[in-house]
Amino acid sequence: MEYNEHKPIYLQNVDLMQEKIVRGEWPEEERIPSIREMGAMVGVNPNTIVRSYQLLESQDIIYNKRGMGYYVKDGAVARIKENIKKEFINNELPLFKAKAEMLGISKDELTKLL
Amino acid sequence: MIEIKNLSFAYSNVKVLDNISTTFEQGRIYGLLGANGVGKSTMFKLLCGLLTSKEGTIEIDGVSPAGRKPGFLSKIFYVPEDFEGPDMSIENYAAGVSQFYPNYDAALFARLLGEFEIDVTRKFTSLSLGQRKRAILALALALRTDYLFLDEPTNGLDIPSKAEFRRMVAAAMDENRTIIISTHQVRDVENLLDHIMILDKQAVLLDKSVSDIQKEYLFEVSAAAPADALYVEPGLGGCCSISRNTTGEESRINIELLFNYINSIK
Repeated sequence: MEYNEHKPIYLQNVDLMQEKIVRGEWPEEERIPSIREMGAMVGVNPNTIVRSYQLLESQDIIYNKRGMGYYVKDGAVARIKENIKKEFINNELPLFKAKAEMLGISKDELTKLL
Repeated sequence: MIEIKNLSFAYSNVKVLDNISTTFEQGRIYGLLGANGVGKSTMFKLLCGLLTSKEGTIEIDGVSPAGRKPGFLSKIFYVPEDFEGPDMSIENYAAGVSQFYPNYDAALFARLLGEFEIDVTRKFTSLSLGQRKRAILALALALRTDYLFLDEPTNGLDIPSKAEFRRMVAAAMDENRTIIISTHQVRDVENLLDHIMILDKQAVLLDKSVSDIQKEYLFEVSAAAPADALYVEPGLGGCCSISRNTTGEESRINIELLFNYINSIK
């Protein structure tokens, strides 16, 4: 797994896990790898992976079934998409808009390209 | 737990460790960093009783390594940077060494050697540096000791083996183990570390968990260095800088930059 330069590793692992859920590789209401298994899969310290699981648990993406492990929560895909959409609107769209304006690309032109 | 108090060591009249005190706790993977010659390898040798010091104390679970008691030695394993290996096959060597380690897992050893693509019937003397290194690392992990000391473990490993090594160490980690990795190749192991210790001859310059470092410092690459930056280095894509983290947003630690910063303020 390749990591980008700026995000802390536990957040990059959150991205990876969310991607697996959204793509259906880890379906809702099914068990996901344990913290140790995940660490071994990506070559990351399990103590770092714990932070990813805690964050996803606090966001109602995954939950812990006592004695059974972690499961993807019902409705997780919709919640992840909502989160990513917010991030896109708040962080990426303003940069995109600024660049389009700088280059003088009109709305019509953009619509055609999209 | 490892407790080091006021430890000093000298090779005849060359002092390498001077009044060092620190602890290593269970369930963590430590990155032990330091410039050449500050005594990282010496520290490992002191920790496993290969060297003894006249000044200061080391206790591992309350026992001094200098006594070299079998019960104590069965809990630790040290992989030196330049492991030569004897003139015998890997399987015979492992069969002998594993006698002293009650938690040895033969099936795990076979699996790790398979992942590293090493033939167990080969003699160490017929292997390349990287192959010898893979064989001894597989054995070290399969011995399942409470304490594991790895001196420059990725030195000599080829590119795919480095990723294999990270996966193996992550898989081997549990709350009872303490793994200390000394390295200059920080990029090879940074994802494994949850604690960073920077050693100097006369002091431990930094001894902090990765999450505490992320809370305290902000690592950035930007066109111009932030006005309040603590440390700046030019790099590709702009200035690499360290500032105080005032927003609570966490960034990825640039260990090389951190090392240079910490050494610049000592």
